[in-house]
Amino acid sequence: MLRKIRTILAAVMFVLITLLFLDFTGTLHHWLSWCAKIQFLPAVMALNVVVVAAFLLITLICGRTYCSIICPMGVFQDILARLNRKKNKYSYSKEVRWLRYPVLVVFIIAGVAGIGSIFQLLAPYSSYGRIANMIFQPVWKMSNNILAELAERADSYAFYSVDTWMRSMPVFVIAAVTLVVIFILAWRGGRTYCNTICPVGTILSFFARFSWLKIRFDEDKCKNCSLCSKNCKAACIDFKTHSIDYTRCVVCGNCIDSCKFGALKYTAAGPSKKTNKATDANPIDTSKRSFLLATALVSTAALAQKKKEKLMDGGLAELEDKVAPERQTPLTPPGSLSFQNLATRCTGCQLCVSECPNQVLRPSSDLMHLMQPTMSYEHGYCRPECTRCSEVCPAGAIQKVDKEEKTAIQIGHAVWIKKNCVPITDGVECGNCARHCPSGAIEMVPLDENDEESPMVPAINEAACIGCGACEYVCPARPFSAIYVEGHEVHKKI
Amino acid sequence: MEKKNITRRAFLKLFGAGSVATAASLAGCKSGNKAGSQAKQEYRNQVEPPVGQMTYRVNPKNKDKVSILGYGMMRLPSKVDNSDEFDQDMINKQIDYALAHGLNYIDTSPVYCQGKSERCTGIALSRHKRSEYFVATKLSNFNHDYWSFEKSKEMYHNSMKELQVDYIDYYLLHAVGGSMEEFNGRYVDNGIMGYLLKEREAGRIRNLGFSFHGKQEVFDEVLALDEKYHWDFVQIELNYLDWDYANEISKSNVDASYLYTELQKKGIPAVIMEPLLGGRLANLPQYLMTELKSRDPERSVASWAFRYAGTNEGVLTVLSGMTYMEHLKDNLLSYCPLKPLTEEEMRFLDKDIAQKIVGLENIPCNDCKYCMPCPYGVDIPAIFVHYNKCKNEGSLPMGVGDAEYRKHRRQYLISLDRVVPRDRQPDHCIQCGQCEPHCPQSIRIPRELAKIDEMIESLKRNPEGPEV
Repeated sequence: MLRKIRTILAAVMFVLITLLFLDFTGTLHHWLSWCAKIQFLPAVMALNVVVVAAFLLITLICGRTYCSIICPMGVFQDILARLNRKKNKYSYSKEVRWLRYPVLVVFIIAGVAGIGSIFQLLAPYSSYGRIANMIFQPVWKMSNNILAELAERADSYAFYSVDTWMRSMPVFVIAAVTLVVIFILAWRGGRTYCNTICPVGTILSFFARFSWLKIRFDEDKCKNCSLCSKNCKAACIDFKTHSIDYTRCVVCGNCIDSCKFGALKYTAAGPSKKTNKATDANPIDTSKRSFLLATALVSTAALAQKKKEKLMDGGLAELEDKVAPERQTPLTPPGSLSFQNLATRCTGCQLCVSECPNQVLRPSSDLMHLMQPTMSYEHGYCRPECTRCSEVCPAGAIQKVDKEEKTAIQIGHAVWIKKNCVPITDGVECGNCARHCPSGAIEMVPLDENDEESPMVPAINEAACIGCGACEYVCPARPFSAIYVEGHEVHKKI
Repeated sequence: MEKKNITRRAFLKLFGAGSVATAASLAGCKSGNKAGSQAKQEYRNQVEPPVGQMTYRVNPKNKDKVSILGYGMMRLPSKVDNSDEFDQDMINKQIDYALAHGLNYIDTSPVYCQGKSERCTGIALSRHKRSEYFVATKLSNFNHDYWSFEKSKEMYHNSMKELQVDYIDYYLLHAVGGSMEEFNGRYVDNGIMGYLLKEREAGRIRNLGFSFHGKQEVFDEVLALDEKYHWDFVQIELNYLDWDYANEISKSNVDASYLYTELQKKGIPAVIMEPLLGGRLANLPQYLMTELKSRDPERSVASWAFRYAGTNEGVLTVLSGMTYMEHLKDNLLSYCPLKPLTEEEMRFLDKDIAQKIVGLENIPCNDCKYCMPCPYGVDIPAIFVHYNKCKNEGSLPMGVGDAEYRKHRRQYLISLDRVVPRDRQPDHCIQCGQCEPHCPQSIRIPRELAKIDEMIESLKRNPEGPEV
């Protein structure tokens, strides 16, 4: 029963959150963005006290149900493990402390010190997000494009074609390696990742140890058949001593179902308290200490980040692909408040990148912020009617803004590069940047103020420019635009 | 025993009846076969033009017997697997088919099809006897670099080389009509006109004429030069829309009725271009199609335009850029032989139908691609053709009051993305205006693109409902 409920809930959660990542049409996030917002680490980063407290409380009552239902990475491992059809494939193993706790410490230090890459690499939800965004979404989009092709032949508008392109090679490699590693670990040992590497798993384990409801042995009924141990994907049941390592148990219920004698029950208080006490007695001190330490560290990390916040006929002219300019200050989306806020809060889950319909957001190529989003305008610009990334971000790295607010948020300003400007290079009239500026921040003026006949070139009112990149996108100069947007460290309201 | 004994009479009777029945059944079979083959023939006749039925017109100047259908080589087919290359095999096949059905006038230009048309035409025609066809090409020296005598002469001689011929049957000054300055600059001041007249005397140009797009005063003035140059023919745009409405659609165009009448006065034969307006007259809104179809359900919508263009006796030939075999077959069906329209049918087209088409307010783009390539990559004709298509289908989002705004918006944006890549859409038009002088329809291309761009921007910004 417990197992059935868990499986159904987990499947639903997993499908929903995966759809959230796959959807490029901008419809699902209206209903599904909560799936990302209840993820533990993003909630911590967003200082979402309600969600964090709720999960800690749930863990104190029911154990690590978060890991087996909510976390997509956890459920993903269960799915991969199921592919291995071998029966009774697991066995009890000891807790790998030397890896588990140091990883948590490294993770927290990286979080506090703002070493984004390590922090994001270890975050479980973000790892899954990267796999979903970098590997699943392109496959999803390509399938959609096949349907769009068929729809076009049938003169239907049910599907439309979308572009797929390599947004970031390093992040793709990271996602692919993660996928392979997780696959191998899950195939061989079930929840090895959750119980040796995952920092969220380790944090929750401090609470799970004290949970009110637990899976408990009825020693009178147990015949020491070992089936429970062999079916425990967390490898946490030692049938010989009738002990269960509750720091690793994710309350999946597989052991209860596998026990033929009804010797395992999910209850508030077990009949054989002695054994439990005996096994618990030893590690209790260290665990209490580490629990307090961890809570303190997590909360200070979050607090620290809150402070930093802020000639012939016909044919088509060949078009050279635009090259992304090297921006001295990277662009971050409206709602991210500042580069620093994004850098410290973003868990690198790629949900915003998945959502962006204008092909503006992509993972940064900067080593320190490898998996965090950055903007560029070769394929499109940050259109005024779109606020999707701000609606989906679960970590508070991009905070919710509406369309009206967005028109007044300055994320950067346009810079003119005289030598590329076509009125000068080609001697033609242009003004495409001025015509497409949604803020009216560009005016065309004669290059030589004393000569009305001189070429008209853009004059940018930096105070009115919001940095949306419309000018950069529509600029005819190729491959280097004659006007480009330089980011601002801190976003301003204008 | 008695019963088995059949008398002679009875036998004869039986035999007679049997043979009658057999004969009848045999005859029945035979007539059944006949009906079958007749049905087969009817199917065939409906789509397969007959051989040897082509209508011909006689050139009053030199008694050339010219087929009423001429092949325009401006819209050649591309290869199916590579749209950058033209499909020479298909071109050969279609030219062979056309010539076999009596077509004998082929029209090209050095600038058509990114400059590849003459070569493709030459290859296709070189497989036929020179006496079987008349070939027409043009002095397309639009570019200022080609205004010099040497460059223009080179263009003329290159045409003969590409076409693999040592004389040209019909040679045209290409697209006269912008201004007299341009006419004089391109042909008179540089002395090329004198050279061409000499070439005509020498017989290397059998007929010399000009093609016209543009202003009436230029037409009048150039036509008056007949005294001096003796135009053998003139190529004009004529169809049931341009007959009375060309000037209404664009101030700098002249009604075909005027052009044709002026040519008739001087006895100069007219070669007709754009009989179908680049396919626009074959792609009418459903209700106009129905109106035409209900008058003649067996013939195509395009057939009306071709019969209209060919009915006037002063027309030497009607050019059609037949990209596909089915275009060629359909046009041959209309002209093998030509059944001229009655006076009433002519008025029905150039009054009733034409007026309704003008009311559609389409962008008068015939997809001739003279404006292309846009140096900044915009696919101008594709954008206009798509716009007209949506407009005629009634699926253009109409702003306030459009009950189906959301559906129409989605359709417009998706279908535009399907036919024009993002970086070739109207927002990439920089309004430099380099395309505008090339448009034979005098469309104010940058302005039209800006209008469509504004509409697209408004559609993108307002997914839920139109801007109020």
